[in-house]
Amino acid sequence: MSALPQTDNQTAGGRPARRLNLRDAGWLAAPAVLLLAAVLVYPLAIIVLRSFSEPEPGLQNYIWFFGSPVNRAVLQRTFVLSGWVTLASLICAYPYAYAMTVVGKNLRLILILCVLVPFWLSGVVRTLAWVILLQDSGVINSILRGLGLSPVKLIRTQLGVVIGMTQVLLPFMILPIYSVMKGIDTRLLQAARSLGAKPWRAFLQIYVPLSLPGVYAGAIIVFILSLGFYITPALLGGPRSTMLSSLVQNQVLSLLNWGRGGAMGVVLLVATFILLAIAAPLMRQKHTQTRREK
Amino acid sequence: MQLSSRIFLGLFCLLVAILLLAPTLVVIPMSFNSNKSLAFPPAGFSWQWYDNFFTNPEWLLSLRNSFLIATVVAILATTLGTLAAFGVTRAAARTGGLLRAILITPMVVPGVVLAIGIYAVYLDTGLVGTVAGFVFAHTMLAIPFVLIAVSASLEVFDRRLETAAASLGAGKLTVFRTVTLPLILPGVLSGALFAFITSFDEIIVALFITSPYLKTLPVQIYSSITRDADPTVAAVGTLLFLATSFIIVAGLLIGMRRGRT
Repeated sequence: MSALPQTDNQTAGGRPARRLNLRDAGWLAAPAVLLLAAVLVYPLAIIVLRSFSEPEPGLQNYIWFFGSPVNRAVLQRTFVLSGWVTLASLICAYPYAYAMTVVGKNLRLILILCVLVPFWLSGVVRTLAWVILLQDSGVINSILRGLGLSPVKLIRTQLGVVIGMTQVLLPFMILPIYSVMKGIDTRLLQAARSLGAKPWRAFLQIYVPLSLPGVYAGAIIVFILSLGFYITPALLGGPRSTMLSSLVQNQVLSLLNWGRGGAMGVVLLVATFILLAIAAPLMRQKHTQTRREK
Repeated sequence: MQLSSRIFLGLFCLLVAILLLAPTLVVIPMSFNSNKSLAFPPAGFSWQWYDNFFTNPEWLLSLRNSFLIATVVAILATTLGTLAAFGVTRAAARTGGLLRAILITPMVVPGVVLAIGIYAVYLDTGLVGTVAGFVFAHTMLAIPFVLIAVSASLEVFDRRLETAAASLGAGKLTVFRTVTLPLILPGVLSGALFAFITSFDEIIVALFITSPYLKTLPVQIYSSITRDADPTVAAVGTLLFLATSFIIVAGLLIGMRRGRT
């Protein structure tokens, strides 16, 4: 780490020849940018274009989308379900990440492993596992029956989709929160307590605000990833838990309606980028804060 | 912390850990099911689903396709991503930040939107159901992971080492080969591993650009799940899980040994 400031000084006070050299370095990214232009920017541009031009030029696809109560319901549901997934992940992740910072070295390793092991199971297979767990004769309902409770309908319900998505996205919430909590100076809590604050009050007024940058980062990542989820809702959900992605797929692959499918895709894309734009200042706040802690 | 809140926190974390591990804990026993059903707990014990995987040409072909595509993607994405990481970390701060923001966008674009776009372009250019089509799309999706891994290594790399090597008369390429590359190699290798896994596990774009003649393993798994309750999927999942665990643990052990010497 000690090398960083020196490199910075070199850039700042560098000779003109050196500066030219540094600017040239940007060209090394050119092949990657070109590929991105061909397989990301160009395809997205085609979709935007088709949403305004098929079957005829105009806004008809967007008027159709926002005019239909079914579509509006799906759009709303996509946001509501993503909100539930974000909230459920946060509730699970915050205490877990906190525990990761207070336990001993060996136990911490086990907790980190529990976060990483889900990634080692193939994504599609993981969704199948949730079908097995949530189905009417599945693991959760067997346990409920064993406890003498009445079984709950989980598969093909919104609750089932939220549970499955939360498991998939939980690591994306735990890791950013943990990385911020790790850097919090716990002596601040001792200081608050020595000044007479009750432990809970010290925690809520000192610790929680300091951990917020991690919470924001995790919540934004989880919410944005939830908005575009496709496989989990398709396999775990039913007709009443359809999300926008399934609707897009249906318009394009089954109905071959590129205009309408494209318009839905553009709505999803724009929503994602608006959220990112709102989130950017919060992320920047995180950056300055971590620097101050150093 | 008080004892009561400590116990509460411990129990809560146990529940979260169970939630995280539940799919893995279910898939492994399911793969030894002796019935063709996905009811839990599985009945009896048999190797028949592993047997089915290794003798069924459909499964083997999709495994071969995925392996081929992911290998090419790992090589391409690591090359392009490492070059880009040099560009991002060594360009002027503003250019670098902009380039980084552009190059990690594949991570945030909703999968289905990207998939229909790529599908539209591939229909026009005849790339649907081709290895090249898969390689282009997956390389684009994998570059962000390589970029992040390699630029993390580059940020802690002391550039004065390059200056020292150059002052002793080494050419640019020699400096890269003998000084820079060995030092950032852990980042490059973990980037390559991420790229391989990204391609090997990618499903959304794959579902759109697949054809009956070219299926990848995730597509095969997906169609098997939607078709019938076939425990072969659990066997495949278990095999992939073991392979991934083995590679990651081996990588960690090698890294630790290196760190010690």
